[in-house]
Amino acid sequence: MTTKARYERPLIKKLESNMPNKFGMRTEFEPFTHIDGVSVASLMADYGSPVFVLSEQKIRNKFKAARQAFETRYPKVQFAWSYKTNYLSAVCNVFHQEGSWAEVVSGFEYDKAIRHGVDGSNIIFNGPDKTQEDLRKAITNNSLIHIDHLDELYMIQEIARETRQKPKVAIRVNMDTGIYPMWDRFGFNFENGQAWDALNKIMFSGLLDLVGLHTHIGTFMLSPNAYAIAASKLANLAQRIQQKYGHEVKYIDMGGGFSSLNTLKGAYLPGTDTNPSIDDFAEAITSALINSDYHPKSPPLLILETGRALIDEAGYLLGSVIANKRLSDGRRATILDVGVNLLFTSFWYDHKITPAQEFTSYTEDTVIYGPLCMNIDMVRENISLPLLNKGDKIVIHHVGAYNMTQWMQFITLRPNVVMIDMDGKPHLIRKNESIDSIENLEEIPPHLSHFEL
Amino acid sequence: MKTNKQKLTIAVTGLNAIDSPGPGVAVIRGLLEAKSFDCRIIGLAYESLEPGIYMHDLIEKTYHIPYPSAGIEALYNRLMQIHEKEKLDVVIPNFDAELYSFIKLSDKLKAQGIHSFLPTIEQFEARQKINLPEFGKKYDIHVPRSKAIYTTNEIYSLEQDYNWPLVIKGKYYDASLAYNMDQAKTAFNKISAKWGLPIIVQEFIHGTEYNVTGLGDGFGNTIAAVPMRKQYITDKGKAWGGITITDENALDLTSHFLKSTKWRGAFELELMKNKTGEYFLLEINPRIPAWIYLAVGVGQNIPEALTSLAMGWPTEAFKHYEAGKMFIRFAWDMIVDLSEFQQISTYGEL
Amino acid sequence: MKIRNNIAVSDNGFVFNPASGESFTVNQVGLDILNMLRKGEKQEAIVQELSKKYQADTVMIERDLLDFEAMVKQYHLHQNED
Repeated sequence: MTTKARYERPLIKKLESNMPNKFGMRTEFEPFTHIDGVSVASLMADYGSPVFVLSEQKIRNKFKAARQAFETRYPKVQFAWSYKTNYLSAVCNVFHQEGSWAEVVSGFEYDKAIRHGVDGSNIIFNGPDKTQEDLRKAITNNSLIHIDHLDELYMIQEIARETRQKPKVAIRVNMDTGIYPMWDRFGFNFENGQAWDALNKIMFSGLLDLVGLHTHIGTFMLSPNAYAIAASKLANLAQRIQQKYGHEVKYIDMGGGFSSLNTLKGAYLPGTDTNPSIDDFAEAITSALINSDYHPKSPPLLILETGRALIDEAGYLLGSVIANKRLSDGRRATILDVGVNLLFTSFWYDHKITPAQEFTSYTEDTVIYGPLCMNIDMVRENISLPLLNKGDKIVIHHVGAYNMTQWMQFITLRPNVVMIDMDGKPHLIRKNESIDSIENLEEIPPHLSHFEL
Repeated sequence: MKTNKQKLTIAVTGLNAIDSPGPGVAVIRGLLEAKSFDCRIIGLAYESLEPGIYMHDLIEKTYHIPYPSAGIEALYNRLMQIHEKEKLDVVIPNFDAELYSFIKLSDKLKAQGIHSFLPTIEQFEARQKINLPEFGKKYDIHVPRSKAIYTTNEIYSLEQDYNWPLVIKGKYYDASLAYNMDQAKTAFNKISAKWGLPIIVQEFIHGTEYNVTGLGDGFGNTIAAVPMRKQYITDKGKAWGGITITDENALDLTSHFLKSTKWRGAFELELMKNKTGEYFLLEINPRIPAWIYLAVGVGQNIPEALTSLAMGWPTEAFKHYEAGKMFIRFAWDMIVDLSEFQQISTYGEL
Repeated sequence: MKIRNNIAVSDNGFVFNPASGESFTVNQVGLDILNMLRKGEKQEAIVQELSKKYQADTVMIERDLLDFEAMVKQYHLHQNED
């Protein structure tokens, strides 16, 4: 028996003056068949489609590189894992094993960190929504509370007075770092003096232990220089406190926001080519701190709440082609079993998508839709993709950040999440949802339990 | 420069000698007239109808290369395929949009024996339109006031500071003059749809435009500098005719620019002289301009000198050029067999 | 469906319509289909032929063939049947 050739759907493409040939538009040259030595096909056979896959090796390597980038430039550095980026317990524990503290922004995340076994004093509590109960817990556990607004400051002072504890606090500072948009909804503003006022209130009250200063200037930042500006502004505040009160803050927390290698929608060049590296950010931040006028007896600890940049590239989403269709205007559309329900980040990234099996040099401009019966479910508006058949498998890259926390249980259920360990062995780290996992939370009032049709 | 002539293989992009032309064909003419070396030219094209592809007396062979948006890795892989067959010595990229990738790749290419002579990434970034105000401040060069904006609403606030018309510019390409808010908004939308945000709004300087092309050695020295005044401008704002001039101010500004930035590589400065005789730097193009053959024609073969610098050869600065020489561009219809178009379209090489 | 007689199809998948001056490229499966259409082969025969040559079920091939034929029509490369 002769073996049959691999089938590829037939394609006829008009040559237009502005349309280059196969060497012009091709972005994918090789199929992406293995993650850390494990075949994509076997992962999907074992864990279904779609499935999220995380590489433990990639996480650890990236973390080590980031730590090295900062530690070679500054004497005291501490990372705190940003829970909201990905709070699957296995993921958090990889970071904690690497020495990361926990950075949380809600009571839920706080409890999760405690459950993971993080000591309260190694938890940074950020965010605008901390309930009185959350704060009492955090104060008792000696956690680092980053105050977002005056109402929170008053609430903490009240608890301190009442319980005769001295909470460890920092304030979050927002500022103009020359970037757009300026994040001024969190924390106290630097330029208009709010931040300085808040610090004075803290120092005057004597009720709180001002241990640090915190900022978080934005997200997916492409300008290391903005961090240099932010670092020097925080150093300026630290210096003024030292001058006025003789008090030294123990740490400066630069927050997160470093870009990963994803490509933002509307960007002309791919993110892998243009986005700054961790070294660029490290250089900007550490030299701004070292060159600032703030010279305490011992240099403050530099805290980083890096999330996205440490895990995005370690995450893959594997999916399958459900169908190909032709839109009314002649455009090609491909429907995947992966949609915006799982890939929230497709709202702002042009995610890289690679077929997981052989393909030829022919491509077609394609709209990629997800499986939801909802118009906005579009993964890529226009991508030049090799020709995919129904049932073909694809790999979506750089999905480790935010998707496994912002995903929606909408219309369909959330899939398995697998982590491939350092020895190339896959582990299920979050089981796919069943109808029970959703319905078990529901209750039906007696009068609604029966009906006849 | 070398005495015994070496034969170089030089790859050149920008073969789109159309009504808004790429510089490639003019660069190649300069290279073929070089006195210090012999060369064979390999064309690098993005599209199958770039006229240079079919000019076989200038270009030995042309290859398609992937668009910059495909990423650096794709470009590198394709260049290596070409290098294997053609053994390239030098590459001269001529498009703004591809420069970033070529600059980033320059060390890697050099390790493979492909030389280039490009601005550093810092120089390339500093001259971006969006950074021009800061650039002017840092190097003490007059630049028109401008602001990067992200929404059309921001134009209203600029209206108070700037007078109409305003120049609405894309991050990399495209510019259009807007005489009122409606035109400004239309231009904003049109340009941002193509090139993304931000959009740069620049005050319009009334006056006479001059252009200077030149070459810096990366140590602050001027290797070449030729000022030109456009005589005829197409509706796309491109020079269709121009004349070399002796403008000491423009030359002083150029040597100040080179000295203070230590510019490396070829460039074109777009200058505007206003009514009171002040010079404003409107734009720095970090590459050879399409009218480069005028510079060759008046005694400064910039493509040749650039190649020499790329090869690391000692390269003397040009001291003179002839003023009062003109270039007049013309269109030329070639007759091309369909089989040639078929060849480049399906195989990506011709 | 039949392809116009004057359409030139080269072995490397370059298609030229001398009547309109438009040119196209096709991939290997598309080239196979065009060549069979030129010979006047019927749909069922084309599907059978392709399923012998390629690893794909006839349902998928038939659906793709319909789409391909629609594109051929859209590009006016077919002969009017009547």
